[in-house]
This record gives sequence, structure tokens and C-alpha cells, in this order.
Amino acid sequence: MAQIELLDVAHSYSDSPTKKSDFALKHIHDRWQDGGAYALLGPSGCGKTTLLNIISGLLTPSQGRVSYDGRDVTALPPEKRNIAQVFQFPVLYDTMSVYDNLAFPLRNRGTCESDVQRRVLEVADILDLSPLLKKRAAGLAADAKQKISLGRGLVRNDVAAILFDEPLTVIDPQLKWDLRRKLKEIHEQLKLTFIYVTHDQVEALTFADQVMVMYEGELFQTGTPQALFENPSHKFVGYFIGSPGMNFLPVTIDGNTAFINELSIKLDDKTADLGRNASGKLEIGIRPMYLEVHPVSVNGSVPATVRAVEDQGSFKIMTMNLSGHMIRAKIPEGNPAPQNNAWLRFPAQWTKLFADERLLN
Amino acid sequence: MEKWENNKAWFLVLPVFIIVAFSAIIPLMTVVNYSLQDIWGPGQQVFVGIEWFEEMLANERLQDALWRQFLFSGLVLLIEIPLGILIALAMPKRGWGVSASLVTLAVPLLIPWNVIGTIWIIFTRPDIGLFGVTINSLGIAFDHTARPLDAWITTMLMEVWHWTPLVVLLAYAGLRAIPEAYYQAARIDGASVWATFRYIQLPKMRGVLTIAVLLRWMDSFLIYAEPFALTGGGPGNATTFLSIYLVKIATGQFDLGPAAAFSLIYFLIILLFSFIFYQALLNVGKGDK
Repeated sequence: MAQIELLDVAHSYSDSPTKKSDFALKHIHDRWQDGGAYALLGPSGCGKTTLLNIISGLLTPSQGRVSYDGRDVTALPPEKRNIAQVFQFPVLYDTMSVYDNLAFPLRNRGTCESDVQRRVLEVADILDLSPLLKKRAAGLAADAKQKISLGRGLVRNDVAAILFDEPLTVIDPQLKWDLRRKLKEIHEQLKLTFIYVTHDQVEALTFADQVMVMYEGELFQTGTPQALFENPSHKFVGYFIGSPGMNFLPVTIDGNTAFINELSIKLDDKTADLGRNASGKLEIGIRPMYLEVHPVSVNGSVPATVRAVEDQGSFKIMTMNLSGHMIRAKIPEGNPAPQNNAWLRFPAQWTKLFADERLLN
Repeated sequence: MEKWENNKAWFLVLPVFIIVAFSAIIPLMTVVNYSLQDIWGPGQQVFVGIEWFEEMLANERLQDALWRQFLFSGLVLLIEIPLGILIALAMPKRGWGVSASLVTLAVPLLIPWNVIGTIWIIFTRPDIGLFGVTINSLGIAFDHTARPLDAWITTMLMEVWHWTPLVVLLAYAGLRAIPEAYYQAARIDGASVWATFRYIQLPKMRGVLTIAVLLRWMDSFLIYAEPFALTGGGPGNATTFLSIYLVKIATGQFDLGPAAAFSLIYFLIILLFSFIFYQALLNVGKGDK
């Protein structure tokens, strides 16, 4: 069991990094609690895998330290850390049986054969691999292969954390659900720390208790899926989480009112206060699902022209023009979508204010 | 089943058939034709059935050459394949060293084969050759033109120098094709260098090593130009390999019938062993399930 900490970690793949852009990881200072289920979410190339490899010891960071339970492990190779990693593509020892694959990490560490057998059978049982134990690993389906990769991590009883690097990429959609549920079950059963890298927000939000959003080598926000959705700390998080992403509109503040050109939107007192004291470019942000769409003018609403309505089955996405800015709304299937002109109301508690791309709160 | 009325599609196969006919079938059938006849001169021949085959199989000099050939090819595989893998494992994986070592390795492969024989004649000459002079000055008597063992050692050295680079290139290509994640997983699983080689690198190189074994087997079994230039098959018959003996019969003594029968036996041996190696390597490590 371990609490993992990264202390002022930065990493560059170049030998003599000079510019900020030479760094794949710019500055990471964070902590992973023992037994938590974490998701590292971010677009391709944002440094997720680099971060994961630094935690597991496959990479030594250019700067900063890694510690497990307060013990500095920065210089330790991966086999000396009590950690396991599952890769994007299943890694198997082709010439071995499933049993031997699962036994491999234990045999390498000189575990006696009776313990090996006990652990392998236990893990095979947890992963539903028991019927396959005698088969050769090479001929199995992708999901079974990925389970074996995971199993090689689980057999070691010293393992405190398992790192997943987009493990479901090669799995068929239907099996993805099963395997993800299986992962959750195992997490609840074994109470290991799981760190799960993905660029798929649905996967991250359903799997993890805590989601960490990464972008261009930095951790932007860590929080529960709900916190990320309701209070994105940065414009990027607002865009990246949710489909479609958050709407952002440049505003000026006067009193308790935000102005988009000549249109006025009422803010709550606290937000307006923050806005008046903030410097930099101000924008309001609102989730498409919280934006109210009315066919006629209601109290506090502003007019917009409808550009497109997409029916997505259980809901509709409306794309509208609000005083020269594009804005999207997500409305339930039952609500009729206005044809040409719509009136939008911004509920005060869901209307957030951002200064220089950062949330004011 | 109804027959197709229009069979013109067969004409599409014709070009391939003609090419294969001229490149393989006609030459082979010419040899078969010679192997069944006794020929004294143009227009003077008599059909002898399988007499030449019986004679050749009973020929002691041919049997000696055959065992010599098996020993030679066996040694070639036993030395070149492991050595090639070792060198490939030791080669740099990135940086300027990659191109430098690849070019250096490729040099022996680019030299014409009879030039290689000539290079090694000069290299091992006891009076002026770098190798010959050096080893003689160390007090070891060495002369590949007089002593059968020295002739063998020289031939093997030449062959290993000439052809191990091919095995290295193939093995290196195989190694480079292994995704990084396998090595990462092996490190996390605590695998030793030997276990990583045995369970990741070797199985992943199976394909290229199959090609390497087949190529080295066939080529070394057919070897002619280099030993012919180096030793001419001597001293005595010490390095008279199959093809050297075959050429002696066919063009030296102009015994076309026996030489043709010999060629066919030779061909069948290579085909048989290539098949055996291929099947063995294809199925190795597949286990019982």
C-alpha cells in the first residue's frame, strides 16, 4: 500500500532543455492517496504516458522527486518499486502458457513454487481466467490478453498501485464495458491504488473517483467527475470535459450585470464581485445543458438566432448565434426546439466567470 | 457441376508459365535428360536408366565430399547464427553508431565472392599476409596450402567473416521491430537479461531467424567460389565440397551423365533439409496446445 507523491517533477526528452516547450512535463506537484481510483485525462501528446512512466520508474524525471509513502524512490528501477503497469497493447510472453505468464513476475523474484501456484490460481479466479490457464497465451482474444497483463500485476502481493496506460484501446466496444466493470470490481475488492490514463472522458468519468485533467505537460485540475463538470478551473477543462464542451463568451462587467456587446446577463452577487476585482480578459462560461432555451422572451433572457439543430436521440444540440458569438445548448428530447429565433436565459448559479482563462471563485 | 464454356482465362496464366518454364522447368528437365543417358559426343548417346544415380551414390569420393559438406554447413549454422544474434544484441540502438555499424557490417556482403577468396589467400599467406605472418611469428606453424586443418580453419574464418553480417542484419531488424512496451513490461515483471532474451527477444526473432537459417543453410551447402579461389579444394581433397567436386566431374572430365545425376541428388538434399528446417522452426515453441 502506498501513497504516491510527485514533488516538483518536470521531464524533458531532450538532453539540454532550454525553452519551456522542450519539457514534456512542465511542473507536476501532486499526491495520489492510497487505495484511490484515479484517472489521468487529457488529449494525445499532453504528457500522460510520460507521467505514468515516471511513477512506475521506467523514466527518471529530469527534475524533482518521486516518493512512495514518504520514501524517496526517484532512483529506483521499476522492478524495485512495488508497482505494476498495464500497457495500451497487451504484452504477453507468447511462448508461455497463461499460467506461466501469470507466474513469470513471481518466478523472477524467486518465489517458491507452491506460493506461485496459490497466487496464480487466486488471481486467475478473480479475473475469470481459470479455464484458460493451460492454453498458450498467444492465441487468445484481446480482452483475455489484457486481463493477463493485468494479472501479472495482481499476482505480486507487494504491489501497491497498478498503472493503466489506455488499456482498453484495442478492446471491442461491448467488451470494453465488461472489462471496465471488472476493473472497478477488482479495485473495490483489493483496495489497490489504480491510476488510469485515458483520453476518453467517458472512460475517465465512469472509472475514477478522482479525475486529473492534463494539458501540455501540466495538471490543470484534480477533482471528482462532478466538480470537473460543474466548476472547471480552467477554460481547457471546460472544453475538454462534457460533450459538447462549455460555452465561453467575452463580457464586460458593470455592477451585477455582465454585458455581451449590448446584451445584459444577470450574475449572482458573489460572481459579479469577483469579476469587478479581477483583471485580464473576462469571459462567462456555461454548460450547454444548463442553458435555458425559450421560444419567446422571458424575464432576463437574451435573443439569439438558431443556426442548426442536431437530434442526438435522447437530446438535441442547438447551435445558435448570440450577438456574433457561437453558443450551444443541449435540450431534452421532449422540449421543442425554436426554429429561427430563440431566447436564452443564463441561470445565475451555473454561469461561471473566467479571467484570463481561469475560473474565478 | 457445369463446365465453363469459355476457358480463355487460362491465357492469363501463360506469361507466368513461360517464365517459370525457362527459368526452372526446362533447365531442370535438361539435367534430368542428361542424367538418364550416356553421352560420348554430339548425337552419340544411349539410354542407361538410373545407372548413373547408382554409380554416383556408390562413389566414395562423392560420399566423402557429402560428409565434408554436412560438417561445413553444420559448423556454419552453429557458429554464424549465435554469433550473429550476439552481435545484433550488442549493436547500438540509436545515434550515429547505428549507421556506422550497419555500413561496416555490410562491407563483406558487397565484395564479389571470388575476390573474397583472393583477399583471404593474400591475408593468410605465411610470407606476406598479415594473418599468416602474425600467427607464424607467434611460433604457431600455419599454412592453409599444406595442412588440411589450417585449410579448414581458414575456410571457416572466411565464411564466418563473409556471411555472419547477413545474420546480424536480419537479427537486428527483428530486434528493432519489438515494441518498447515488451521491454518495459519485462522490467516491471523483474525479468533478468537472460529471461528477457529467452521469452521476448528470441520468440520475436523467430521469423527472421528462420530466414537466416534457411539462407545460410542453402548458401553454405552450395558454396563454391570462395573455397575454389582460396584452396582449389585442397590440400588433397580436404576442402573439396560438393559443388567443387561436381564442377570437376562436369567440366573437368566432361562426364555429363554422372554430373547430372549428382546435381539432382544435390538438389534434393538441399530441398529436403530446407523443408525440415522450415517446419521445425515454424513449430518450435508452439507447445502442445
